[in-house]
Amino acid sequence: MSEKKRIDEPTGTETVGHEWDGIEELDTPMPRWWLLTLYATIIWAIGYVIVYPAIPLLNSATEGVFGWSSRGDYAMQVAERQKELEPIRQALVSTDIRKLNGSPELMQQAVEGGRSAFKVHCVQCHGSGAAGSKGYPNLNDDDWLWGGDLEAIEYTLIHGIRNPDHDKTRFSQMPAFGRDGILQSNEIQDLVSYVRLLSGREKQSTAARRGAALFEANCTVCHGPDAKGNRELGAPNLTDAISLYGLDRAALTETITNARYGVMPRWGQRLDPATIRMLAAYVHSLGGGETLPALEDIQEDTLDQVATNDQP
Amino acid sequence: MTNPKDILDPQLKLYESRKNVYPKAVDGKFRRLKWVIMAITLAIYYITPWIRWDRGPYAPNQAVLVDLANRRFYMFGIEIWPHEFYYVAGMLVMAGIGLFLVTSAVGRAWCGYSCPQTVWTDLFQHVERYIDGDRNAQFRLQDAPWGPKKIGKRALKWSVWLFIAFWTGGAWIMYFADAPTLVVDFWSGNAAFVAYATVGVLTLTTFIFGGFMREQVCIYMCPWPRIQTAMMDEKSLTVTYKDWRGEPRGSVKKAEAQPGSFGDCIDCNQCVAVCPTGIDIREGPQIGCITCALCIDACDKVMEQVGRPRGLIDYATLEDADLEKAGQPHNPILKTLFRPRTIVYTAIWGAIGLAMLFALGNRTRIDISANHDRNPVYVQLADGHVRNSYTVNLRNMENRPRDMIVGMTALEGGVMWSNAGSRDGAGQTLVTKVPADSVARLRVYVAAPGVGPTREDFALTVTASDDPEAKDVDEIFFERPETGE
Repeated sequence: MSEKKRIDEPTGTETVGHEWDGIEELDTPMPRWWLLTLYATIIWAIGYVIVYPAIPLLNSATEGVFGWSSRGDYAMQVAERQKELEPIRQALVSTDIRKLNGSPELMQQAVEGGRSAFKVHCVQCHGSGAAGSKGYPNLNDDDWLWGGDLEAIEYTLIHGIRNPDHDKTRFSQMPAFGRDGILQSNEIQDLVSYVRLLSGREKQSTAARRGAALFEANCTVCHGPDAKGNRELGAPNLTDAISLYGLDRAALTETITNARYGVMPRWGQRLDPATIRMLAAYVHSLGGGETLPALEDIQEDTLDQVATNDQP
Repeated sequence: MTNPKDILDPQLKLYESRKNVYPKAVDGKFRRLKWVIMAITLAIYYITPWIRWDRGPYAPNQAVLVDLANRRFYMFGIEIWPHEFYYVAGMLVMAGIGLFLVTSAVGRAWCGYSCPQTVWTDLFQHVERYIDGDRNAQFRLQDAPWGPKKIGKRALKWSVWLFIAFWTGGAWIMYFADAPTLVVDFWSGNAAFVAYATVGVLTLTTFIFGGFMREQVCIYMCPWPRIQTAMMDEKSLTVTYKDWRGEPRGSVKKAEAQPGSFGDCIDCNQCVAVCPTGIDIREGPQIGCITCALCIDACDKVMEQVGRPRGLIDYATLEDADLEKAGQPHNPILKTLFRPRTIVYTAIWGAIGLAMLFALGNRTRIDISANHDRNPVYVQLADGHVRNSYTVNLRNMENRPRDMIVGMTALEGGVMWSNAGSRDGAGQTLVTKVPADSVARLRVYVAAPGVGPTREDFALTVTASDDPEAKDVDEIFFERPETGE
């Protein structure tokens, strides 16, 4: 090929020697600055390899004299962000939870913070959308076993449910009527019929009538004579449309026979007060949150008393 | 493989250093046109950010502002939101087609007169001539050894260049923030880091591109010369050396000695001396020619001096050049300008412009966009109803806060409330205040009886309380569990 190299007449430039159907290519010299930029990038690359992690070794890579790492970068950004958020956390902890609704901006910040914390600590049981599942409450609905205002939710978060080693924990224990031999299995079936009648899932029947008498004798202490439950005791309202463990016959039979014993950790010993308050705000914001009793109805000293009680 | 020694061997000329171009000062009608265009373009560039435009208390009062932080683009009476970016895209398409139109009609006029690279290089060359003297003085200074005089002149020239370059970058950032505030912030050290970084980068690039790279940018870095070269045809104006009239070249003396054997070109090289890209136009049209027409000015002046008709180098289309060579008259100028190609470009350009103006005039200033929350899809309530939730964005594009009324259509027994209210106060509508020129995000809850179709279509509507004409609607759906447990 190279023997075809020739000087092109009009331009005075040498050709590269290739020829396709009479079309030739000029070997126009590159501008020198172009070459210099290439050298500059090479020098830059050498510097880059020295100061940043670059050369792969068996277990990791060279560290680079700047000591930069993506993990370190991440940790720094997280630390920076946490520093930015510190005033919000301070404000959140120092604001009375019953007055939180009065500052919508702080409330919004709490909800957003809670949204993040929920994804880390709560989704394992309650699900990513807080919709729960059988035995794990749906936090979106308007049915609360222990109360659904901000304060009650926070109390539940701090002290947990059925933590046997903690005396402030939310605690209730329904007897295992079947397992402990309090009721016979036919009686339990009558009771199931009555409970299903209460929530409109079955029609009136003789079994349900028998169940009503059994209910009167065994259940009203906690669930109340009208079966509307008692939040003080965590006794569910049996007349509404939703239930933690289901309202079909099998689920109710199981509940009455063996009782249920759902446990939630007490987050007061694992999370800081600000995060717990954020979680309470988030759960409250999901659509079923209840309003607190009006502030003016609460005596200031009760406020303080409750505030000290709330400490984990 | 190239032998490394070849790169070092100057004989092979694989790489070529830049040949310095010291264009000579020239005067003439095209030079004066370039002065006017330089004055206009620089004035537009420096003054535009300082024009004020009253938009009321809720919007900036800068006429042209690219507000990146708040994602708004203001241009006099027009305000563009991010979702309307197609207007910007449309403007870019118009700019492209406008360039096609200009190129097909008058060739590389953009390159020669109004490209920032040309304008700034021109400015830098004037500074250079003012400090170092004209072409020949500059050659002498280049070859002179480094001494106090040369160092002084170089230092002065580069300082002035850096000063211009700094103000170039300084003016650029004014388009991205309130100009008077930014000036104060900039000099008091309170401006954002990106402002200083931008000024720094633009100072450096202006200094290097205007002072040292110059025609190298046009020839090696810029894609436009290649594209424009492809856009030109035989009816596009270009700077033409009329070789049939000029060749063979000979000095006035030679021509007097041998009348009839020489053309009009007296080989004075003035066209080469004034060329800002350092080419010889007599070699024919070439990529290095930005058609600034300074060689026309130079040649006309020489032709006048030697008493020959002007226009040995002149703007001409290839077609006219051929006609002139054959001794025929040029095509009528209107026939050259108004040909199918330019008419089609103009029509497309105008159609896009009109369509955008029409769309701008008719766009809605209110918008609702509702998304059905998927997690969970529905929530069963204690009283047997089912609740769905929606993330609703209400967009208020007016520069005043507005009360917006969100309503719902045709959902049997359905009521709605937002995260700001509660189910006790639920109804068929809810009112929310949307701040000026912003989007309000609501979580809207809708509850309806638990028995019904698993998926039921309905719509969320929005109207502005201060303008019943302003309304929007978004079709959405309501989901229920299958009946049974």
